[in-house]
Amino acid sequence: MPTTSEQPQAKWGMVIDQDLCTGCQACVTACAMENNISFVGEEDAGYGRSMQWMRIERFWTGTFPDVTTDFQPMLCQQCGEAPCEPVCPVYASVHSESEQINVQVYNRCVGTRYCANNCPYKVRRFNFYLFSDFETPVLKLARNPDVSVRSRGVMEKCTYCVQRINEAKIDSEREDRQVRDGEIQTACQQTCPAEAIVFGNINDKNSRVAKLKADERNYSLLADLNTRPRTTYLATLRNLNQDLES
Amino acid sequence: MADEQQVIDKPAPKQIIAPGYTFGTITDQIATVVLTKKTPIFWFATFAVGIALLLLFLLAVAILFTKGLGIWGLRSPTFWAWDITNFVWWVGIGHAGTLISAILLLLNQRWRNSINRFAEAMTIFAVACAGMFPILHLGRPWLMYWLFPYPNTMGIEPNFRSPLVWDVFAVSTYATVSALFWFVGLIPDLATLRDRSNNRFLKFTYGILAMGWRGSAKHWSIYETASLLLAGLATPLVLSVHTVVSFDFTIGIVPGWHSTFFPPYFVAGAIYSGFAMVLALAIPLRAVYGLQGLITDTHLDYCGKVMMATGLIVGYAYILEAFLAWYSGNVFEQAVIANRMFGPYRLEYWVLVACNVIAPNALWFTKIRRSPVLLFIWSLIVLVGMWLERFVIIVSSLAQDNLPGSWRLFESTRWDWATYLGSIGLFLFLFFLFIRLLPMISIFEVRTLLPQAKVEEEARG
Repeated sequence: MPTTSEQPQAKWGMVIDQDLCTGCQACVTACAMENNISFVGEEDAGYGRSMQWMRIERFWTGTFPDVTTDFQPMLCQQCGEAPCEPVCPVYASVHSESEQINVQVYNRCVGTRYCANNCPYKVRRFNFYLFSDFETPVLKLARNPDVSVRSRGVMEKCTYCVQRINEAKIDSEREDRQVRDGEIQTACQQTCPAEAIVFGNINDKNSRVAKLKADERNYSLLADLNTRPRTTYLATLRNLNQDLES
Repeated sequence: MADEQQVIDKPAPKQIIAPGYTFGTITDQIATVVLTKKTPIFWFATFAVGIALLLLFLLAVAILFTKGLGIWGLRSPTFWAWDITNFVWWVGIGHAGTLISAILLLLNQRWRNSINRFAEAMTIFAVACAGMFPILHLGRPWLMYWLFPYPNTMGIEPNFRSPLVWDVFAVSTYATVSALFWFVGLIPDLATLRDRSNNRFLKFTYGILAMGWRGSAKHWSIYETASLLLAGLATPLVLSVHTVVSFDFTIGIVPGWHSTFFPPYFVAGAIYSGFAMVLALAIPLRAVYGLQGLITDTHLDYCGKVMMATGLIVGYAYILEAFLAWYSGNVFEQAVIANRMFGPYRLEYWVLVACNVIAPNALWFTKIRRSPVLLFIWSLIVLVGMWLERFVIIVSSLAQDNLPGSWRLFESTRWDWATYLGSIGLFLFLFFLFIRLLPMISIFEVRTLLPQAKVEEEARG
């Protein structure tokens, strides 16, 4: 693959602007559609076994009715030093060389769930039962053919829509060019009405995502743990001083 | 000065077993339990409980394998709960048997001869129970062999950075060495049973198992060497196995797990709970089978002392845990300890403190250490306390970690209970089979405790 090696090593990353996020959950829905996420039913979802790869963390400040809300879309942070990787006994949680993201190999997973315990962001989801419906024919048509349907007993998590990354890479190789900035849109990014989510190659200094990561509002969640997340956030700006005109 | 030989009156060796025994009576008392004596009601009752619980275990496992892990109360973020609690609890219990059989052998603690056989059996069966849980707790248990380094077409080995792989090696080594040690120690007694049984089938079976033991001087010489070597192999395992088990937690970056003092803390806790199990088994057994002459109050006293000493180490570890959380200045560590003490798991926490820190202090008193009934109750308290300790470490740390938005408590289901009680059933089933079929006390080793057994040089001191 000469074209791939000619391309600068891509390190995919994401920035989420919390100032723009309205907490509408469209990203959560889009992610579920794109990635064939199973429905677990009311009982298991209520119990805490829903399979969403993305969730919105909601923070209330103050007491009702004087409350402000903050939202933080939470998905796999694709850590550079991922705590989930060394603890997996069977190499089901590994770092991909070509995308520089943290991948979960469903075929290899035996379901020790150690990765999920060790994930400080708690973004890993486990198939406690056979949640995927392999029987109903119509559901086959509803699924994304580029994403595997996970079976019972395996762990799963956000992949940065790796199928879209690879599609763009293949396209660019065919056209003998590099992947353009903004060419790859993750499902959550594509759906976000506020355009709070930006995805791209961090190694490309001119990419939008790299510029946003240079912003002074940019921060990594739980950075003290030295997980070196690829997903970072832009902090909310608020005028907390009532006396000052904004 | 150096030439002058100091003369110290050597204190008379303490008699360990009750006076009045001869070689013959010892052999009789132990061998007849297996060969001729009527099986007591107690045995049938306990064995029945064991089988009933074992059936429950099989049912729970069958449902687990057909439906999936969801039948247990696991959910995000408590991806481990009773499964690993039970694993650590059972492995820990096993440690006392190895300590008694190996370390006390090397330290020449002769009193161990009365209790090492069934303590070793307890170790093997406890490790068997423990070994169930890492397999059962897998999402896809049928692929558990992927944790072993075996040649395969995928060209892939297990991840040697993962503590779970270290566990595989630690526990399987432990099971192998313990089983070997136990079996080698059994050989002379199996020969005794072979020679004493009148039944052809039993003679044949014990004969095969005794592997041609005739008690010649050569045999004994080989036996002594083998048993010393195995004791040497088993001794580091007493420390290493639970150290590796504690790595399951310390390697993780979960607040409340990520500490350096876990290995000694876990090893002490293991021996603590193991001696509790030894006492919980020995006290009823010696009463039912009338073995008070062989497993004397002195034995209970010594076991009580070991239990108290390790219990105090465990208590110190709790203090250290709280101190280090405060001293680290890490808000997450501090929050985990605060949540343990005053949060949703405070009941479990304070019960375990009562069981493991306050209760063992009663063992300072000789009266309690020498009272079988009280000591039995105390050993059960310790077993409960140590189970709760593992539960609190695992579940309270996971349930409330870094991001409060994902906090959720664990709720046990009836299948959690069934699997746990079922593993106790498996243990009782195996242990009581052992009591019925093999000599529960090492005949030849207890015989060496008799004054008549002292050879010349030993008598000289």
